[in-house]
Amino acid sequence: MELVAIFVSAILINNFVLYYFLGICPFLGVSKKISSALSMGLAVTFVMTITAVVSWAINHWILIPHKLDYLQIVSFILVIASLVQLVEMFIRKMSPPLYQALGIYLPLITTNCSIMFLALLAALRNYSLAEAVAFGVGSGLGFTLAIILMAGIREQLDLADVPEPLKGAGIALIVAGIMALAFMGFIGMIK
Amino acid sequence: MSTRSIGQEFVKGLWDENPVFRQLLGLCPTLAVTGWVINGLAMGLATSFVLIFSSLVVSSIKKFIPSQVRIASYIVIIATFVTIADRCMAAFFPLISKNLGPYIPLIVVNCIILGRQEAFSSRNSVGRSFIDALGMSSGFVLALLILSSIREVLGVGTFLGLQVMGTWFKPWIIMILPPGAFLTLGILLGIALHIERKTKARK
Repeated sequence: MELVAIFVSAILINNFVLYYFLGICPFLGVSKKISSALSMGLAVTFVMTITAVVSWAINHWILIPHKLDYLQIVSFILVIASLVQLVEMFIRKMSPPLYQALGIYLPLITTNCSIMFLALLAALRNYSLAEAVAFGVGSGLGFTLAIILMAGIREQLDLADVPEPLKGAGIALIVAGIMALAFMGFIGMIK
Repeated sequence: MSTRSIGQEFVKGLWDENPVFRQLLGLCPTLAVTGWVINGLAMGLATSFVLIFSSLVVSSIKKFIPSQVRIASYIVIIATFVTIADRCMAAFFPLISKNLGPYIPLIVVNCIILGRQEAFSSRNSVGRSFIDALGMSSGFVLALLILSSIREVLGVGTFLGLQVMGTWFKPWIIMILPPGAFLTLGILLGIALHIERKTKARK
């Protein structure tokens, strides 16, 4: 039950993009087309799931037993950087078209703050391995949901008459604000 | 090498290349911590500390960093200063540190800092990098102050905890909640672009 609560609240209630404001750069950068938004979301979900497992292992098997938890920031960022590098090599070998579609945003997942935040929050809340995985998968799916909804709205927005200075990032942020407003309706779903 | 004068190097960070309003960098902390002016200010100062010291270190050892591993080296340097900032905040300002929570460690992935190392400190002298980092930090603090002032005054009617609105004012709670951050920043970006166009047209 606890696992389901963590999973659902990571997707809907404490959505990484709309509640914690994480990963805004890819959220605004890759949300022009639904197809690329979907692959970006899945790549992030994939990296998040592995990060949740690896950072949990490092935190519980290396850092805490040796009282080195002040090294969390440095070690997590290095783990994430090398993981993204691995995923990048893997995708380039297995699916070159997907690699082309993600382009520069794939290496940029390293500096996507949502991944780092995931590792830190799981450590801060003292999640068990299963909880950390539920949290990682849920957060990734939440990001995917938000970016796909955004891409769908922006495809329609191309046809709308937006005031000149608000075109681009301005209107995208206002749309995100309205989406965040809608997502606030989910608060109270889980006590 | 940059050909600007020292003064211009500083001023460009405030408006022409303002990291938030013009370059759209570091939006995550900008949106996340600006519900209260005090949090915005603390975040701005912590980021400035990290940016200035990382720029100093990177520009002074730039000749010894092999270009293949430069990004990883910058990240380790930045992470070191973030750890220092995080520990100092926790020791001296426990309340603010608790409010900002994991957003302080997240300075390590703030694209403004890595961006300045890659675009500026790795190619310019120590002095120039210092001035550049100072200008960019001031621009970032300025942006956070504008955003958090609007949100705190409209959201709860206070500024730095002091009551500024009269009793007639009914607070717009939505401004300090997540949607308020997106809406305020979206409108501010529109205004910034509008001012930019007006000044360009006049020239």
